[in-house]
Amino acid sequence: MTDLTELGVAAIRDGVAAGDFTAVEVAEGFNANVAAAAALNTFIVTTPEKALDAARATDARRAAGQPLGKMGGVPIGMKDLFATRGVQTTAASHILEGFTPEYESTVSQKLWNAGAGMLGKLNLDQFAMGSSNETSYFGNVISPWRRNDGGNAPLAPGGSSGGSSAAVAARLAPAATGTDTGGSIRQPAAFTGISGIKPTYGRCSRWGIVAFASSLDQAGPMARDVRDCAIMLEAMAGFDPKDATSLDMPVPDWEAALSGDLRGKKVGIPREYRMDGTDADVLASWDAGIAWLKDAGAEVVDVSLPHTKYALPAYYIIAPAEASSNLARYDGVRYGLRDLPDGAGLQDMYAATRAAGFGAEVKRRIMIGTYVLSAGFYDAYYTQAQKVRTLIAQDFANAFTLCDVILAPTAPTAAFGLGDMVSDPLAMYLNDVFAVPASLAGLPAMSVPAGLNKQGLPLGLQIIGKAFDEQGVLNAGLAIEARAQFSAKPDKWW
Amino acid sequence: MSNYRIEGTTGEWEVVIGLEVHAQVTSQSKLFSGAATAFGAEPNSQVSLVDAAMPGMLPVPNRECIRQAVRTGMAVGAKINKWSRFDRKNYFYADLPQGYQISQLYHPLVGEGSLEVILDEKDPEGSTKTIGIERIHVEQDAGKLMHDQHPTMSYVDLNRSGVALMEIVSRPDMRSPAEAGAYLSKLRSILRYVGSCDGNMDQGSMRADVNVSVRKPGEPFGTRTETKNVNSVRFVMAVVESEARRQVDLIEDGGTVVQETRLYDPDKNTTRSMRSKEDAHDYRYFPDPDLLPLELDDAFLEDCKASLPELPDAKRHRYETALGLSAYNAGVLTADVETARWFEALVAAAAAKAGKGEAELAKQASNWLISELFGALNKLGKGLADSPVTPQGGAELLALIADGTISGSIAKQVLEKMLETGDGAGAIVEREGLKQTTDTGAIEAAVDAVLAANADKVAQYKDGKDALFGFFVGQTMKAMQGKGNPGLVNQVLKAKLS
Repeated sequence: MTDLTELGVAAIRDGVAAGDFTAVEVAEGFNANVAAAAALNTFIVTTPEKALDAARATDARRAAGQPLGKMGGVPIGMKDLFATRGVQTTAASHILEGFTPEYESTVSQKLWNAGAGMLGKLNLDQFAMGSSNETSYFGNVISPWRRNDGGNAPLAPGGSSGGSSAAVAARLAPAATGTDTGGSIRQPAAFTGISGIKPTYGRCSRWGIVAFASSLDQAGPMARDVRDCAIMLEAMAGFDPKDATSLDMPVPDWEAALSGDLRGKKVGIPREYRMDGTDADVLASWDAGIAWLKDAGAEVVDVSLPHTKYALPAYYIIAPAEASSNLARYDGVRYGLRDLPDGAGLQDMYAATRAAGFGAEVKRRIMIGTYVLSAGFYDAYYTQAQKVRTLIAQDFANAFTLCDVILAPTAPTAAFGLGDMVSDPLAMYLNDVFAVPASLAGLPAMSVPAGLNKQGLPLGLQIIGKAFDEQGVLNAGLAIEARAQFSAKPDKWW
Repeated sequence: MSNYRIEGTTGEWEVVIGLEVHAQVTSQSKLFSGAATAFGAEPNSQVSLVDAAMPGMLPVPNRECIRQAVRTGMAVGAKINKWSRFDRKNYFYADLPQGYQISQLYHPLVGEGSLEVILDEKDPEGSTKTIGIERIHVEQDAGKLMHDQHPTMSYVDLNRSGVALMEIVSRPDMRSPAEAGAYLSKLRSILRYVGSCDGNMDQGSMRADVNVSVRKPGEPFGTRTETKNVNSVRFVMAVVESEARRQVDLIEDGGTVVQETRLYDPDKNTTRSMRSKEDAHDYRYFPDPDLLPLELDDAFLEDCKASLPELPDAKRHRYETALGLSAYNAGVLTADVETARWFEALVAAAAAKAGKGEAELAKQASNWLISELFGALNKLGKGLADSPVTPQGGAELLALIADGTISGSIAKQVLEKMLETGDGAGAIVEREGLKQTTDTGAIEAAVDAVLAANADKVAQYKDGKDALFGFFVGQTMKAMQGKGNPGLVNQVLKAKLS
């Protein structure tokens, strides 16, 4: 019998529906893999019973001849940024350690309604702030990948959805939810050789997702391939009246319309993305991607996104500004950690609670955000950054008059070693340089595996699409996937 | 122009006043959540996940709150901004779960408007003054801290957290306590007419921040102080008076007024410093990224406009012109929307009973309402809202007077009984036998008896002491227990005395 944990979303869904195996068998397989992978530290909490309960329900529905749902029988990992009723939800922070919501996020509820089950809550960078999963209060996630130099240096799974990327790459889950504020789905997907899509801002409800930067945060799927991403995104997306920024648009049947035939399509190559410091292997994979898309029938055109170099600085003003305000609610008054020193007044309690409850990176961003919003600096920073954001969106709008999708690397490097970047936050921030512009513009963007670098580590290619055109993004991703023939997986060492 | 002046040792000073009024929007649910807004509920019984700022919760604007604020803006003739935006005002406090208040700093919903006040209520024909309104925006209220529930802890009640407020900001156009009081009263009246705020200042659903500065007449504005959360018209006037006095004394003693936030102590009738500008928060306002800009379409605005009732100024004008009321009566009856409603129901019912036009009966009805019913209710410590007499009941009484069934003086007795028992005027008149007598035989008999018993006075009257006529009327009426038709009594007396 095949190892069921080698299957992706579509294969599990179809196999369960066809009766080739039961959902319970699938859940048991992944539960076993999760239990055996403590060394990767991908999960903050595991919920094997929840996975089994959902699987039993799916099997019962099948026995009763009822429809199984888009995700029927598929167990998934849930990034611990999504509120899950009755299951601890921490955002990988100490301040929310032990916090068990009495509500379920819209996106996770939609997934359960579609027949998915929960394997556990996945580790991440604290409050989704980080690009390496090194800021979690619950410890680093270790990438299942290792360099082919025999050094066994532990590598970053990317961030902030590092638990999600590592779990999918290590076959602990066929798919996982991610959230992407400035690359947090795409960069970890690229680092671990999986696919992930951040949809158009507003496609997935933010209700019940612990907020980092509200105007940027978007949920999306992370899975083995493009089809799995399409299926899972369909289950996650949809208008939600509880989120005022939610898109009131029907969710297309992305899976049914998948096509790798790009004849008649134009692919833009942004010249400003050829930056100094980009890894030679990354540039080579980009060139390969261009060739694959041509082979799929697309016409390749040169486009310009002239304000690209201002994207990262603008992002590191806007995102911390919003975060500094969004995280004010963690004050020790109503839930979560409370540090109340003897004789402390309210202000002392705030200070003690927040000093103990937030990690260094979160504090750094709260301070940056507080600074850029403060009197006398607001116009110089925040207002300017918003102008840049408008210009970047305009850049994309101009480019999309010439092309249908844009192809670029996902990240300037392959996975780096844990600890390599922690002493230099700016270098870490630079890892998101290709991901951030699409976030600022609210555009759909995905990363698909393109191959391995010389060290045997995965590289991702990024496709950025027009607003609401997830289909175009998925189709271009499919065309690359079909030609990249990426089948590498990490050797099991854990 | 106000001639209110504060006498200082260095001469006369003028006070400059601006008011920021926080008015709780009348709505079933809060500004950004579905939680209820009823006053006086058990602590923390009206709190949604959004109001408690649980992780991942998001605000969604309540259409009704926006509608009420727009209608309010229209009622003060203000510019309605079809594009506005919510901003976050960031600060930490235990009654503020989000760590920020969602408000509107940069792009308020309502722009400039104004309202007109009558400077002296007792002189309704006297001069009026237009007070500018700078803006109206909507924002969330905070929760409430209770410090008296536990020896070392403070308790937090979040029922009010997230309730919609309108902040109505005036121009610094007022120059006396009376003007400030008149402005607040008029604003309250308009809010109650529009139905956008119940105006219950004692329940905190309307409160004012009072900005006061002083200057020598003609000089530029002085430094202002802001006294927070003043919750009655009387207190606002008291704050202006005491704060202006304090500032004048301070300046004349060589001191300087500092820009600061102050609190009013009604027991001592003074204000005290709460925090100065140096300790002022840096609120780090920025657009709320959880909310899209608010864009209002023409259909929404037309609906708001169409739903506006007749407003106090227009009503007052109509009462004077179409109903023929005195300026005083029109002013009294239109000051509060409930009084106007009561009056209009009374006139409609009276007109229906009499089969006459409202204009014919309105004046009499207004006089009766103001001089008879208000007076009687006042003695009972009641208002119109809890009056045992309904407009229908009042109309019945007026009809009995009009058709001569009872006299005006008997009507006073009947009203007292109505208030006492809740019974109808007709039933009381019937039961107590208060019907006016038009039986000339009975009147003549009564008159004869009175004249016979007062032969000396009859002689004096015939000698030219005309004033005694009233005495004979009174005696006759007394003999008839007030039930004699006054006209007939007069007629019979005149005949018998001539």
